[in-house]
Amino acid sequence: MKRFIGFIEKEFYHIFRDKRSLFILFGMPIVQIMLFGFAITNEINNVDIAILNNSKDTKTEEIINKIASSKYFSVEDFIQNENEIEAIFKKGKVKAVLNFETDFSKKLITENNATVQIITDATDPNTANTISNYVSAILQNYSKTNNKNIKLAYQIVPKTRMVYNQELKSVFMFVPGVMTIILMLVSAMMTSISITREKELGTMEILLVSPLKPFQVIIGKVVPYIFLSIINAIVIIVLSMFVFKMPVEGSLFLLGAESILFIITSLSLGILISTVSATQQTAMMISLMALMLPVILLSGFIFPITSMPVPLQILSNIIPAKWFIIIIKGIMLKGIGLTFIWKETLILVAMTLFFIVVSIKKYKIRLE
Amino acid sequence: MKEETVIKVENLTKQFGDFTAVNAISFEVKKGEIFGFLGANGAGKTTAMKMLIGISNPTSGEAEVASFNVYKNPNSIKKNIGYMSQKFALYDDLTVKENITFFGGIYGLTRKQINEKRQLLVEELGLQEIVNNLVSSLPLGWKQKIAFSVALLHNPKIVFLDEPTGGVDPITRRQFWEMIYKTANQGTTIFVTTHYMDEAEYCDRVSIMVNGKIEALDTPKNLKEKYKAKSMNDVFLKLARG
Amino acid sequence: MNTILYIIQKEFRQIFRNKGMLPIIFVLPIVQLVILSNAATFEVKNIKFSYIDTDNSSFSRELISKFDASTYFNVLAKYPSNKIANSAMLKGDVDVILEIPSNFERNLLKDKKTDVGVTINAIDGAAAGVTNVYINQILQSFNKNAQSNLIQPSNTSIKYQNITSIPSFWFNKTLNYKTFMVPGILVLLVTMITLFLSGMNIVREKEIGTLEQINVTPIKKHELIIGKLFPFWLLGLVLLSVGLLIAKLLFNVPIVGSLLLMYLYTSIYILVILGIGLFISNFTDTQQQAMFISWFFMVIFILMSGLFTPIESMPNWAQLITELNPIKYFVEVMRMVMLKGAGFNEILPQLTKTLIYAIAMNGLAVLSYKKTT
Repeated sequence: MKRFIGFIEKEFYHIFRDKRSLFILFGMPIVQIMLFGFAITNEINNVDIAILNNSKDTKTEEIINKIASSKYFSVEDFIQNENEIEAIFKKGKVKAVLNFETDFSKKLITENNATVQIITDATDPNTANTISNYVSAILQNYSKTNNKNIKLAYQIVPKTRMVYNQELKSVFMFVPGVMTIILMLVSAMMTSISITREKELGTMEILLVSPLKPFQVIIGKVVPYIFLSIINAIVIIVLSMFVFKMPVEGSLFLLGAESILFIITSLSLGILISTVSATQQTAMMISLMALMLPVILLSGFIFPITSMPVPLQILSNIIPAKWFIIIIKGIMLKGIGLTFIWKETLILVAMTLFFIVVSIKKYKIRLE
Repeated sequence: MKEETVIKVENLTKQFGDFTAVNAISFEVKKGEIFGFLGANGAGKTTAMKMLIGISNPTSGEAEVASFNVYKNPNSIKKNIGYMSQKFALYDDLTVKENITFFGGIYGLTRKQINEKRQLLVEELGLQEIVNNLVSSLPLGWKQKIAFSVALLHNPKIVFLDEPTGGVDPITRRQFWEMIYKTANQGTTIFVTTHYMDEAEYCDRVSIMVNGKIEALDTPKNLKEKYKAKSMNDVFLKLARG
Repeated sequence: MNTILYIIQKEFRQIFRNKGMLPIIFVLPIVQLVILSNAATFEVKNIKFSYIDTDNSSFSRELISKFDASTYFNVLAKYPSNKIANSAMLKGDVDVILEIPSNFERNLLKDKKTDVGVTINAIDGAAAGVTNVYINQILQSFNKNAQSNLIQPSNTSIKYQNITSIPSFWFNKTLNYKTFMVPGILVLLVTMITLFLSGMNIVREKEIGTLEQINVTPIKKHELIIGKLFPFWLLGLVLLSVGLLIAKLLFNVPIVGSLLLMYLYTSIYILVILGIGLFISNFTDTQQQAMFISWFFMVIFILMSGLFTPIESMPNWAQLITELNPIKYFVEVMRMVMLKGAGFNEILPQLTKTLIYAIAMNGLAVLSYKKTT
């Protein structure tokens, strides 16, 4: 035991002596969470649009004013004819063009119907669709106020309650995701690299011929990183509570315990990676190339999993990050306890065990 | 016939912050000489050598290598010297042949010259069997012999060897020194650092560095007489203990 | 010149010899492109829908059947009480609860007006907003149908003045996300591979000790750097080509603009990334450090590229930061040229900025590479 503690001390020395890496390990997650918490949002704000007004009458001016005063749009340009649309889109700044037909006011009064064409640059389909919906909504509102006198015969009025995130803040969606990505990649990358590094430098052999058992060697290497990752997790949770005003509706203790579980899952994934790679370079490329995009794309961090094709929904189940994101959102935003998330917790435990067992198997094969 | 001086060092000094790694050393090395550069670990041997081969800038002092100034013409020096480092310097993931091609290439040899050199080496060292093997698969002794030959590919005037025989068995060390002698006989100057004192006996002249300074410089025979020692090992121990 | 060729030859040999790395460099990006492009969609569909029907009338059943018929909603469960429904939402089984009050039908017939309760899980705020729009649309159309079925339109003298909006989606009529994502993800993969490999390359030789051996040769700095970067530059272009082929053949992404222009841009762009990689390599002592720094920048570059979330919605200071994000320009150019058919003049601003960036980064990298200490 004494030997073992001595070994862990040595690992801590390694880490703390390398000031640059230490700075990276602690500084980066903070910078990232601050940057992303503020900057990443899939709302649309101040989208530049252009107007092609073929009428230039009171009604169209009113509508344009309404649109310009909304926070979603800023009217960037007025164009004179349809031929300009393509050019303006190709430049890329303007995302939509509103095309008012000629004699707009007149048609609205005489024919009870006038048309606006909402032309969007759909190379980004999400923004295009949202713009289209928002403009339609503004137009509907305008006609409602215009037609105050008419009552509809039947009305079902939805009383809508947005639960867990009343103000529909993107931050609530993205902070748990960013936290997950940071914890996962930092933990998996650190362990896989530090173990393969010893292999590459040949020092692993020295450790293995020491009286320490192989699993002690591995645990000794991992313990300092568990410690570091926990500090990272605490910093991130504190930042999300106080800077981004994320609520923690559930138990802070449970949140902590689940975070530690996830850290251990990621570290054991790191160990697994180190057993299959001979050089640091391979370990790093596996941790980065094989983990980064799948974790970003398949975890539900940005894109809703329910909208994905079924095979990918199934595939997403093997991403540990997916389960952790469900867990943190549940604890922080829904305020639920272990009775609701025992399944997700169990899955993470099972994954951890799986990684460890496979690593041990691989390890033994190498020794024989 | 006056012997040509190929390395001339005067008061060469290197400081890292407060620590003086090399403290105003001065010496000269003649053409074709095997010059031993001795010292305990951390005495400043490697630092001094790095200044001479142009990968570390001196803090003060003067040095000329192959009659080029280390401050003004480090690149001309590099064309005229070979170097074999303490850390292993061939690419493990390339074959012997590929290593020869690569280093020959970056020293500016033509394809034809590289091929000729390689055939010569293969014959001299008996590499026929292993020329297409990865360097990582070779025993250390082989690697070091090949590294030495690679350092000689471009016929340098001076070869710098930084503890070339670390970790190899006595027989290989012997063979290695035979290669050194042969090279020196062909007129190439050898500048070698080592902490094997028996190897010091093979040198024409040796300098002994202690704490950044050269404490003694002469032929092994003269040194032994001066310090009334039986072997270079005794000389070294007397000097190092002060 | 010859010297550079020898370095290039050596780098290629090392790349192709490393059997562990080859699949990571060549296979992994392709597999990811093929698979992950399908994942990146903001479309909201298959919404997990549940309801509580305390009225149990023909009206309420008809309303539910409307939701059932919609492709956006998956009607998963009918719950007897609010409590059970809420617990199901806590568990994450459902995301929408529609609560039809008792007397729903009666109120509608008598008062011509009634409420329904809608509870939406709003953790994903954007999706919740869209879900809300869809629910409203279904309720609206239900209102309209009920109206026309149940009563005769009154002969009102005032008619409703309607503004019709006709959406028209250019360059991507069907709002196909793959058209948008495939080029974007391709950009990410090309960038990741070239950044990671170049970032690790020199620092790896530093760690092994071979860099010292190279530093004592008369080789010139620029020869070494060009020789080391060229293989990765070529690799990036090969990856791009394979990716484009997949985009075209597998995903049917239109390539409207000039391929030549895309290659011209990409070949400059990769230089930026390689310059950054080399710069990182120069300022680190171990591969571990180099990797962490590359990773740090990569995550920032990816998430702030405008690929997944719009740049215009970011706060101003964040938009300023994105000016330094090379991936942003690449994503913009790919969209402009591939999907919109933009020409040289249209992408000139991006091209110029990228070129300046490339010169600056490589200049810094060459300056900071020290043969002597």
